[in-house]
Amino acid sequence: MFEGWDAVVLARAQFAFTMSFHIIFPAFSIGLASYLAVLEALWLATGREVYINLFNYWLKIFAVAFGMGVVSGIVMSYQFGTNWSAFSDKTGPVIGPLMAYEVLTAFFLEAGFLGVMLFGLQRVGPRLHFVATLMVAIGTLVSAFWILSANSWMQTPTGHAVNADGQFIAADWLKVIFNPSFPYRLVHMVLAAYLTTALVVGAVGAWHLLRDRHLAGARVMFSMAMWMATLVAPIQIIAGDQHGLNTLEHQPVKIMAMEGHFQSHKDGAPLILFGLPNQAAGRVDYAIEVPKLGSLILKHSPDAPMAGLDTVPRENWPPVPITFWSFRIMVGMGLLMLALGLFSLLMRVQGKLYDSRLLHMFAVAMAPAGFIAVLAGWITTETGRQPFTVYGLLRTAESASPLAAPAVASSLIAFIIVYFAVFTAGVIYLLRLMAAPPHPGEQGPSKDVPARAAGITPAAGAAAEGAAR
Amino acid sequence: MIPIDLPTIWAFIIAFAVFVYVVMDGFDLGLGILFPLFPEKRDRDVIMNSVAPVWDGNETWLVLGGGGLMAAFPLAYAVLMPALYTPMIAMLLGLVFRGVAFEFRWRTTKERNMWDIAFAGGSLLATLAQGIALGAILQGIHVSGRHYAGGWWDWLTPFSILTGVALVIGYALLGATWLVMKTEGALRDRAYHLSWVLLLAMLGAIGAVSIATPFLSVQYTQRWFTWPNIVLTAPVPVAVAAVTALLLRSLANKYDYQPFFLTLALFALSYAGLGISMYPYIVPQSITIWQAASPANSQVFMLFGVAVLIPLILGYTAWAYWVFRGKVRPESGYH
Repeated sequence: MFEGWDAVVLARAQFAFTMSFHIIFPAFSIGLASYLAVLEALWLATGREVYINLFNYWLKIFAVAFGMGVVSGIVMSYQFGTNWSAFSDKTGPVIGPLMAYEVLTAFFLEAGFLGVMLFGLQRVGPRLHFVATLMVAIGTLVSAFWILSANSWMQTPTGHAVNADGQFIAADWLKVIFNPSFPYRLVHMVLAAYLTTALVVGAVGAWHLLRDRHLAGARVMFSMAMWMATLVAPIQIIAGDQHGLNTLEHQPVKIMAMEGHFQSHKDGAPLILFGLPNQAAGRVDYAIEVPKLGSLILKHSPDAPMAGLDTVPRENWPPVPITFWSFRIMVGMGLLMLALGLFSLLMRVQGKLYDSRLLHMFAVAMAPAGFIAVLAGWITTETGRQPFTVYGLLRTAESASPLAAPAVASSLIAFIIVYFAVFTAGVIYLLRLMAAPPHPGEQGPSKDVPARAAGITPAAGAAAEGAAR
Repeated sequence: MIPIDLPTIWAFIIAFAVFVYVVMDGFDLGLGILFPLFPEKRDRDVIMNSVAPVWDGNETWLVLGGGGLMAAFPLAYAVLMPALYTPMIAMLLGLVFRGVAFEFRWRTTKERNMWDIAFAGGSLLATLAQGIALGAILQGIHVSGRHYAGGWWDWLTPFSILTGVALVIGYALLGATWLVMKTEGALRDRAYHLSWVLLLAMLGAIGAVSIATPFLSVQYTQRWFTWPNIVLTAPVPVAVAAVTALLLRSLANKYDYQPFFLTLALFALSYAGLGISMYPYIVPQSITIWQAASPANSQVFMLFGVAVLIPLILGYTAWAYWVFRGKVRPESGYH
């Protein structure tokens, strides 16, 4: 079986599949860890019970999501070696240390304090427990810092040299870490994680408000989430625009694919809204376009000339239809988020934030929008830099392991079966937790576990709250 | 003698990370392996709770081992991972089942048993795969240029099966002595009995692997049995015998803590034995640590981080263990 298949294509499918499953969980847990830290800080500062209830409510959800992120993440750390060994040999000296720093500064911090965060409130007291929560939240952000630095170096490599064995080596570590696309990518991704979490929190709050608009926990979480959407969605659109301009400077071919610019335009490129990119023919069929707007957005001048894919050798073309469409899906989600943020602001100003059923239904419908946008955004940036793993320097086809197609196909099938079984169950458990309304006396992950070493009992919660006053 | 240079320092750092992983996730995985022997839900809850707050930190050492290997010895990582393709994928899938079971089994009552099976099966699969991978590395890997040049079933030999089974026994012993330390009553009594059986099995496994290894390659034989090496290698089996005697005594006296820590010592000695066999090769008989090493500036860059952060990590990890110290009681946490 699979003898006639291309091992590189299978390896790419495997990486895309396992990576897409993985990114969902960090995108959620980066934002949720920060949200939990804010909730606990508010509880410590005000002593209001609603905050500790919300904290415990989301902590249970965090525990399940974080667990899935951990196990799918370990797969990624070994996938470089199993399926991309030539890449690992050549880039290990440069991106290996970045990932090692991620483990040392972030993964251990998260894992080391996670146990105390989940089960230790009663054992260490509220203040030390808050430190643990803060460490987990900081860990998720530090992790994003290093892994996005590594990814960005692959997109816009700087500060490196090549040694006699053909390996990339660092010539200047600061230039490697702070490569040109890194600051933009980091800001864009962290904001995306915060928005993704806010949309989930907002949807859960809205879901319970649709049933009982006086539920205290639901009101608090909905209001906090809508503030986040109102404030961060516009910032994210600006950050995305800046990221796009940075890409135009360093990876212009990716922009050509995103925009569907097969042809060069000497006096102003159009903005193609929709159409069917035809890679073989080198044109966009049925294009709906606004003349000159492309140049206006990207070059801030309607008549600025823009080069198209006709200036690039065909063997260096990225897969245009995927890049073109995933980019549009991401932008569409972003615009919907902006709409939700503005609509909620309008309702808030009118004093109808907790009463507008239309707003609540809109917020519920937007629950998956962040995940869709994150996936679409990553697909845009990862397919748009093809056919290279290290942009312009190392081709994807030269990066793969010397494996036979049946080996890669078998493992791909195993991953697909296991991930769908395991993560479907996990998502069902998450939805089940979210379907239950937050209530007074909410308990942490140890709720239904009499044996847990450090159960947070209602009495202990009250005592802790007393101690915090 | 061993020259002290960057690749040597890094070989010890990676070896340290892998060893910490082996003993720390070793007892987590051992508990999973022993799970089928404790069918009572009450016992299983206690067993899970004894590691629930720390297992994630334990597993992180595996990521450091893999990530560190890619960073410090990229050529070794690039050759070993394709060579161990199937065991590695099996290990990762096993760890997926094992890891999610920690949370999932509390989130459902109907299917809880299903996640108990996932926990036990995942632990067993991951352990077998790790042991097989170890055997596959020891028996040698077919390398051509900078690439793995063998097939995708090369890892499967009687020797690698032997090391796979040996590691299952070893982790189970770690798990059993962990339970002796962390539990009470009938559960602890069962763990004692299991520790006896597993210790005897472990001694048999150490013996079998020790006898089989010199037959794999002349290099191993010369390393262990020729003058003057034998002056350095002879103390290892002597120490194994001494630790075994202490371990038997501690089990006979029904001590709480000693069996676990002496089992750790047994692991440390076996691990040192592996190191003696392999050094200075990182891929036995084909790639040395100097050939595989990344350039000095990569290794120095990371060394700063390791020097500062590893002590910090050990510090807060120890604190987390201290917070959850003592016996896990089914009733604890409630008045």
